[in-house]
Amino acid sequence: MALQPAVTDLESLKERPAVACLLATMPQALVAAKFDRDELTLWIDPIHLIEALNLLRTSSSTTFAVLADLTAVDWFPSEPRFEVVYSLLSYQRHERIRIKVKVSGVDPSIDSVTTLWAGASPFEREVFDLFGIRFQGHPDLRRILMPDDWEGHPLRKDYPVEGYR
Amino acid sequence: MSSIDQFRSVPVVETIDGDRTMVLNMGPQHPSTHGVLRLLLEIDGETVVRVRPDIGFLHTGIEKTCEAKFYQQVIPMTDRIDYLAPMTNNLAYVLAVEKLLGLEIPPRAMWIRLMLNELTRINSHLVWLGTHALDIGAMTVFLYCFREREEILKMFEMVAGQRMMTSYFRVGGISMDLPLGFLDYIKNFANYFPDRIDQYSDLLTNNPIWMGRTKGVALITKEDAIQLMLSGPTARGSGVDWDLRRDMPYAGYDKLEFKVPVETAGDVYARYQVRMGELRESISMVKQAIQNLPDGPVKADAPKIVLPDREKMKTQMESLIHHFKIVTEGFTVPEGEVYQGVESPRGEMGYYVVSDGTAKPYRVHMRSPSFANLNAIGVMCEHNLLADVVAAIGSIDIILGDVDR
Repeated sequence: MALQPAVTDLESLKERPAVACLLATMPQALVAAKFDRDELTLWIDPIHLIEALNLLRTSSSTTFAVLADLTAVDWFPSEPRFEVVYSLLSYQRHERIRIKVKVSGVDPSIDSVTTLWAGASPFEREVFDLFGIRFQGHPDLRRILMPDDWEGHPLRKDYPVEGYR
Repeated sequence: MSSIDQFRSVPVVETIDGDRTMVLNMGPQHPSTHGVLRLLLEIDGETVVRVRPDIGFLHTGIEKTCEAKFYQQVIPMTDRIDYLAPMTNNLAYVLAVEKLLGLEIPPRAMWIRLMLNELTRINSHLVWLGTHALDIGAMTVFLYCFREREEILKMFEMVAGQRMMTSYFRVGGISMDLPLGFLDYIKNFANYFPDRIDQYSDLLTNNPIWMGRTKGVALITKEDAIQLMLSGPTARGSGVDWDLRRDMPYAGYDKLEFKVPVETAGDVYARYQVRMGELRESISMVKQAIQNLPDGPVKADAPKIVLPDREKMKTQMESLIHHFKIVTEGFTVPEGEVYQGVESPRGEMGYYVVSDGTAKPYRVHMRSPSFANLNAIGVMCEHNLLADVVAAIGSIDIILGDVDR
């Protein structure tokens, strides 16, 4: 099981249902794609995030009706600094896909997906708590794991592992 | 408003209706919350109007700590997330790292992993069944369940030297081969355990008090289950026919034969039946693993990743060098990212590991099933009686270590 090099060329990935579906309906949303270690990752333009996720969720060719996971990665000090990562799952086609959105490090914010999946609410609160990314339209954006009066966002790369003392 | 819309708009602690309702604080030191869960219950007499979980009391920053450790040093952290299913967490993590490395493990290691992973599921379900029944008022079941759990913990101690925090799986295999006499012990256990499941079942399944406390209680529909991102037995009790072991096989589950119990009622009793069915399937899977267990090595042939045997270390210079390098510098993992989901006793346990090409993971995220399943508590408890809240908590089988990480 030697590692295959990652495929990042959009042209050679357009046969994949998710890519084909996005290219057919809203090509402006798809920024980049990568196929690596049997996992497909799509980068989506943050402006079109909700529409694109809704399309992937409801389209009969993709059927990614389940949001399996929602998290973020901090690429400090590069800019845009954050990537919010959505892991979608299709019960019909037994397949996963990873959707990524780049978020700027200056006043980071992104649309909330709680309108599509109510269960995303605590996941977005967790990302807000630990990364400081705001989710526009979230009904109850408060800290969830850290105490309410905590300063800073611990999972940011410029936050020391042992904390501030 | 459907139940789910209500859940979306429950931001504040203030009561909806002035004097009519009161807020009752439950936990974080309540014996029926299975740890340090705090629930804010807004009640109107005996009826629950709204529920708001308050979590984070057990948050230890495991995800942050992982970023400061070598890949192999993360394994002991994974045990401490879901302390009732340590092997499942070990498995999810090592599978993720093996996928990043493109590493294959020998068949004997694969079968041992499968066997112990299913034993872990039995262990976790036994604790769930015992404490769930105890919460509702059936004391005896608890004592029976912990009798068998003790046997499983003994087996964990035999293989790993630890009863709970096993850290037995390694990237590239398992830490060492099974001890002498272990197979006889587990064969004996697998032979008598199905009868013990019947014992628990005799105490509860047709028990009128049990049925009265669980049937029609804490309902959740299939649509709500998908919307709220539920997984595992909690979702299967509502008719979501999905099990990662069957539908997206990992770690060799495609070589086992098993059924996935699914119930459609969506109440506490349905979730109870799903888990009881899983106990029977798991013990049958353990038996299959014992039968199929081949001889051979238990570690992959990858000297730069897997620690060498003690024997080789003392006779071969090269092995000594590898050992020194792995222990002091770790092993590097090629750049990339993977998400590995496994079916833990509670649902989908996912490890999202990002590598930047160094010996320490750039980011480790655990998608823990309890964290997502706790979503359901609001919808389950609303308009139910206060006394049913403990039944609902027991039925989603949360582990607070898993929720807070």
